[in-house]
Amino acid sequence: MADLAQQPFPPGRYGLIVVGSGPGGLQLSYSLSRLGVDHAVLSDDPAPGGMFRRWPVFQRMLSWTKPFTGVERHERAYERFDWNSLLADEAPNRAVMPALMDGTSYFPSRPEMQKGLESFAERTGIRVRYGTRWDSTAAGPSPARGGGQGGGQDFILTTSDGEYRAPVVVFAVGVAQPYRPAIPGLEQVPHYGDFRPVETYKDKRIFIVGKQNSGFEIATGLLPWARQLVLASPSPTKLSVNTHTLVGVRARYVQPYEDAAVAGGVIILDATIEEVKKDGAGYRVRTRNTAGQELTMAADDVIAATGFVTPLRDLPALGVATFGQSRLPAQTPFWESATVPGIFFAGTITQGSAGLKKHGIPSNSGAVQGYRYNARVLARHLAETKFGVPATRERIDAAAVVPYLLEQVSKGPELWHQRAYLARVINLDHDTGITNEGIVPLQYFLDAGGDDAVAATLESNGQGNPYPVVYVRKDGSVGEHALAPDPLLDFTGRDYHDELRGVLEPVLSGAGSPA
Amino acid sequence: MAVRDDVVNTIAAFSLFADLTGPQLEEVAHLFDESFFGQGERVLRQGVSGSGFYIILEGTAGIRVDNVDRSVLKAGDYFGEISSLLGEVPVSDIVAETPLRCLVLPATQLEGFLTKHPRIMYRLLQGEARKLKNTTKWLT
Repeated sequence: MADLAQQPFPPGRYGLIVVGSGPGGLQLSYSLSRLGVDHAVLSDDPAPGGMFRRWPVFQRMLSWTKPFTGVERHERAYERFDWNSLLADEAPNRAVMPALMDGTSYFPSRPEMQKGLESFAERTGIRVRYGTRWDSTAAGPSPARGGGQGGGQDFILTTSDGEYRAPVVVFAVGVAQPYRPAIPGLEQVPHYGDFRPVETYKDKRIFIVGKQNSGFEIATGLLPWARQLVLASPSPTKLSVNTHTLVGVRARYVQPYEDAAVAGGVIILDATIEEVKKDGAGYRVRTRNTAGQELTMAADDVIAATGFVTPLRDLPALGVATFGQSRLPAQTPFWESATVPGIFFAGTITQGSAGLKKHGIPSNSGAVQGYRYNARVLARHLAETKFGVPATRERIDAAAVVPYLLEQVSKGPELWHQRAYLARVINLDHDTGITNEGIVPLQYFLDAGGDDAVAATLESNGQGNPYPVVYVRKDGSVGEHALAPDPLLDFTGRDYHDELRGVLEPVLSGAGSPA
Repeated sequence: MAVRDDVVNTIAAFSLFADLTGPQLEEVAHLFDESFFGQGERVLRQGVSGSGFYIILEGTAGIRVDNVDRSVLKAGDYFGEISSLLGEVPVSDIVAETPLRCLVLPATQLEGFLTKHPRIMYRLLQGEARKLKNTTKWLT
């Protein structure tokens, strides 16, 4: 039990409040602190880690950390291979995960992940008020009108410890509230989150509703235990190795699919589940496929692997618009509620700022390797726009722009993990010269307008290797230039130099570096 | 990002899906993604690749060519089909005039979707014929 008297951040008014202590909340708090932005962090949990304190149910992560890469672990380029460590400015606190892993898998176990997050929080001195549950939210006038923070409005958070107020609140509360679609009878079956010890499914017929990763994770774990497994949902299974993205069932969980395809032991149905009915100690499940054929089958257990929604409590009543099955809050490119200014999001919820989704491919904002960068960009955005902390924009020589951008698309971890979502931007201002703007949401670059500039991204079209794309803004309009993919994923060769120099020549020649 | 439960009921009333059975409507709802755009946000960008086929569930959107507003789209209307079918970049911006909720299918999946559902293809063709008729009328 946390000692309340020794806990930081007692109830009161703060310039900024972060709610949540999973990887998203921790990364944001770290990045805000390094920019000198005072803030409070509140969490319902007893310690850091968020959902990784409980899940995944089979206790191994779906994101990898590759220990040996030819790149020093404290280098920024290593982040491309390490999907699980949070980001630190100082070398000793980088790449926390590989040092904690036991070498049996390049997917950390859940306890290793939890330990990694706890270790990062401890080493970097992140302060959190644990055991403080956010209950409800209201808006009211700010007592510090004109104080430079917010627009004269506070959000009032009622918590289990008392009342907190702040003009800016960031919710990093995960997307982990179990969701069941409105299928008659489904409300009576356990959800993924209620999974029992695996031995209790011994020699049973298990019907799994849902064919995404959570359904296939459970099916994989039950292969040695269940008598029969049926997985069903309306649309056909997608596999990540076919989509060339994280959309679809991940390779780790494909075994039930192979069992179905080559041996017929597992049954995979593309059908609507019309009803789940209790039948003695088990269930009867009625399904119908798109050809109209009805099929009813008996099962000893039914598991709803039907996803999760965002635990936004009363934020929708405050005007926060949500969308999609996960009820994600709709967000701007800088992860602010699209409908309630002053409310921001961090962590896996930042999927709600979808970006361009070019070729239908989503960002990786749903996973640590993606949203850790969103949090760092958000921290800088909040520091600059709400707290008057100027961002550093280093000068860059005109002759260095082309090699610099090619190096970034070849090795920049932000661009590798957040393709067509985050971009490296170089300002080509005629008055101030050429400056490095840093990492910026691509959608913001395309839609916000501004002086001449160039944005570089790495993109995929779901069919082959990724390729660099540069967007050149000149006189207010933006042109898109895709470079060719490279089989060895190295875009620093002579051909790339020549092509990119040709693309940038018209804007670079007008933007000299001032003396 | 899958769509919400209520989407099946919403799209059942759209002319594009008028010929579908319940399970087919549900399959459509599972195949498409749901997107939300704040007021003033761009949905399609003139000249930028990689977009898709959109159907408006809720709200209105403006068609903007070279920064000039041309027309307004509402619930049940769709856009992005021309660039998707031709494999080219959009020739206009589509901008949310109100908060806008859409279904979206990536351009690369449109051909497979339409050939699997000939009745939707026919309805889409009717819609394109109507657009062509209006354009011809406007030109004459």
